[in-house]
Amino acid sequence: MVPLFFQVLKPRLWTCPESSISLIHRPLPAKRAPPPPPALGPRAVCGACFCAAFEAEVLHTVVAGRLLPPGAVVAVGASGGKDSTVLAHVLQVLAPRLGISLRLVAVDEGIGGYRDAALAAVRRQAARWELPLTVVAYADLFGGWTMDAVARSTAGSGRSRACCTFCGVLRRRALEEGARLVGATHIVTGHNADDMAETVLMNFLRGDAARLARGGGLGSPGEGGALPRCRPLQLASQKEVVLYAHFRRLDYFSEECVYAPEAFRGHARHLLKLLEAARPSAVLDLVHSAERLALAPAARPPAPGACALLDGLNRGRPRLAIGKGRRGLDEAGPPRDGEPERAPAPEAVPAF
Amino acid sequence: MCQVGEDYAEPASEEPPPRQPGREQKCVKCKEGLPVVVIRAGDAFCRDCFKAFYIHKFRAVLGKNRLIFPGEKVLLAWSGGPSSSSMVWQVLEGLSRESAKRLRFVPGIVCIDEGAACGLSPEARAKTLAEMKLILQTVGFPWHVVALEEVFDLPPSVLRCFAQEPVETEGAYKAAVDSFLQQQHVLGAEGAGDSPSLAQGEEQLSWPCTQDPQNPQSPDRPPTAAQTEALSRLFDSVKTLTAKEELLQALRTHLILHVARTHGYSKVMTGDSCTRLAIKLMTSLALGRGAFLAWDTGFSDERHGDVVVVRPMREHTLKEVAFYNHLFAVPSVFTPALDTKAPEKASIHRLMEAFMLRLQDQFPSTVSTVYRTSEKLVKAPRDGCAASPPGPRCLLCMCALDIDTADSATAFGAQTPLHLSQTQPPTPPPTAPCCSAGMGRVQGCCGGARPCEREDPRACVIEQLCYGCRVNMKDLPSLDPLPPYILAEARLRSQRYQRPLCSGSPGGPWGGAPAGPLPTQLLPQGLHRAADPGVPG
Repeated sequence: MVPLFFQVLKPRLWTCPESSISLIHRPLPAKRAPPPPPALGPRAVCGACFCAAFEAEVLHTVVAGRLLPPGAVVAVGASGGKDSTVLAHVLQVLAPRLGISLRLVAVDEGIGGYRDAALAAVRRQAARWELPLTVVAYADLFGGWTMDAVARSTAGSGRSRACCTFCGVLRRRALEEGARLVGATHIVTGHNADDMAETVLMNFLRGDAARLARGGGLGSPGEGGALPRCRPLQLASQKEVVLYAHFRRLDYFSEECVYAPEAFRGHARHLLKLLEAARPSAVLDLVHSAERLALAPAARPPAPGACALLDGLNRGRPRLAIGKGRRGLDEAGPPRDGEPERAPAPEAVPAF
Repeated sequence: MCQVGEDYAEPASEEPPPRQPGREQKCVKCKEGLPVVVIRAGDAFCRDCFKAFYIHKFRAVLGKNRLIFPGEKVLLAWSGGPSSSSMVWQVLEGLSRESAKRLRFVPGIVCIDEGAACGLSPEARAKTLAEMKLILQTVGFPWHVVALEEVFDLPPSVLRCFAQEPVETEGAYKAAVDSFLQQQHVLGAEGAGDSPSLAQGEEQLSWPCTQDPQNPQSPDRPPTAAQTEALSRLFDSVKTLTAKEELLQALRTHLILHVARTHGYSKVMTGDSCTRLAIKLMTSLALGRGAFLAWDTGFSDERHGDVVVVRPMREHTLKEVAFYNHLFAVPSVFTPALDTKAPEKASIHRLMEAFMLRLQDQFPSTVSTVYRTSEKLVKAPRDGCAASPPGPRCLLCMCALDIDTADSATAFGAQTPLHLSQTQPPTPPPTAPCCSAGMGRVQGCCGGARPCEREDPRACVIEQLCYGCRVNMKDLPSLDPLPPYILAEARLRSQRYQRPLCSGSPGGPWGGAPAGPLPTQLLPQGLHRAADPGVPG
């Protein structure tokens, strides 16, 4: 079976005699004994070898970065989209070797017409993999505030709604709660290299020094009593994630969140696509830059936590916590979001 | 715009009706004059207030940082473009003021003729040169016009960082200023200047107009055709515009550094404006230079040690520069650059510039936001040029290397070009430890002999580059057209550090420090790490 969207290369296959050929831009993980033939360009591999290579890469990331020790109970943030689906699948494959056990945690933000369909996909996946699934809803955790309600509340001021800011922070808190409910020791999310690259671009364009100072590494150890989080797919590009899902025939939900078009991340995403066209290694170059940023310690005000945001919402002044003036707020809440912000997974059909 | 920190405390009041400039409105500062230009989001300034505002910003940036000592020789890097011309003009005006507020350093101008790299004909270059000389003679500072072809005559020492004693800023600066003022009083009383730095004395511009009898790069001696040919060959061999621009930048920096060192200048001023620096910051991010943003875009750049690069125009936006130049007739010369008339998607630099300017139209605070964030960047303590450098530095950009071990769980590890390990068979285990202390990270185990003698010299050069420079080098298929000083310095360094290459040693498939060797049964079969990510240019 030849994938439709890639050109067929001359068969220079030294790994596998199969006939379907795909094209990837990144080197594959090393193997010990026989030295490979001299490589002159993009490697040509078939689907099965690609999947095996992808899994090996993720394994290497987890092991070399010491992300998930043996015996860990890992809560996988499952949204039903391609990234979390691939993440859950790969971790399931690797679970016996790593000695970890998995739990699926899905977050229901209360976005009508979007999240309910995504949750259906998650339920199907949980049944297929026979993994325990827990769904936590904003409405239950945050006193009745669903994202639709937040969007209505922030819509009136005439400026952009910034609901993605709220959603990101609240989702992290919700994931935390869900993980605790299932007794997890670690949280993993499916952020890929493209996400990290967009995040660093976006944070610079918005001047978000707090988030810049935090993001970049493979995850955070968990400050202030929060569970340690990591992103095993961080070094895999979006194309590879999509390809993996394709070759493994994974079932995922691929529509965009209804609020995604307003998100500022769209600008960063557009820029990233342009950069990638000019220089294909731009994505990993950006991830490398993000890893190496050095910001002044004084420039890191704690980013507002969920408590602060909810406080603002409840008082009818939703922008209070994300604005500069924190007058009227008693405390800013523990800095829970140790991760770069992520727009509600616009799981559109990826453009190549 | 979803701007972090935007103040939403009050509900947005109704927008005041847009004011009609010209009739009812007066200058926001003096409230009297007729406004001629709108700065920032709606502040209209009259001509005089604008001039005062502009000049004040320039002086404030210099004064706030207190890096330029009185009597110091400062080289102004002039490209002919609006920002650097404006900077030169500011320095000119600053030196001619009344003594209390006068700028107190000794300027010189350097101008690099990059025509060969941009593919200009000799006639066009001569014409541009003539225009430049006219302006240089009007300005009257000592000037040096250097053709880019001179890079082929540079010595390898230009790539070395010379250790500089750290100057204690507060006390030393004040003391220097006081002693300078004292000397001036004494000289004023005696009526004779005996030190060259005080030759400016009480007079206005007393620079002799014909300059530099000892300037070896006299503009009357044009570069040889062979050198021009070699330079064109070098730039033609680079596959992408992005890599060309970066290479040009590196060569230009080296040349300016050389001129500064030869003629005893301890500071170099470049005319990067706020807009350009914001674009440069985002471009550097995309090129993988996130570790060096503070040096690339900060006020001062001390990576070379004895010569410090300062950017006094960094708070002026391009709009302000353009208006100032127009209103006050600042002369400038247009020289085509590498990316003149290039399509928008031709290089990362062009892309980023177009993106930022477009975003700035939509969200007028973009550039200032990026600039403000750049002020929060710090120079990581790895910069050890004050003491003897503990870690190796990049060959081209002279920043401390930001490379991880070959198989670490980082972006670098994910795309390590292991051509180093694959062009030679696995060697037997080493007899002596290979990693000497203080060398920074090592790329694996070693053989005993000097690898560069039997290896591709390309590998020698590549491993001495930082991440960003390595990515650029991928677009340069052969290192031969590079100027000889780069290759010579690379050879010298690899012999000095005795850093052998990483080979496919049996010590462990993952090499390096953080994780131990992984048992092979965990690895899927039949897979190898490719030699080169094979990034198509």
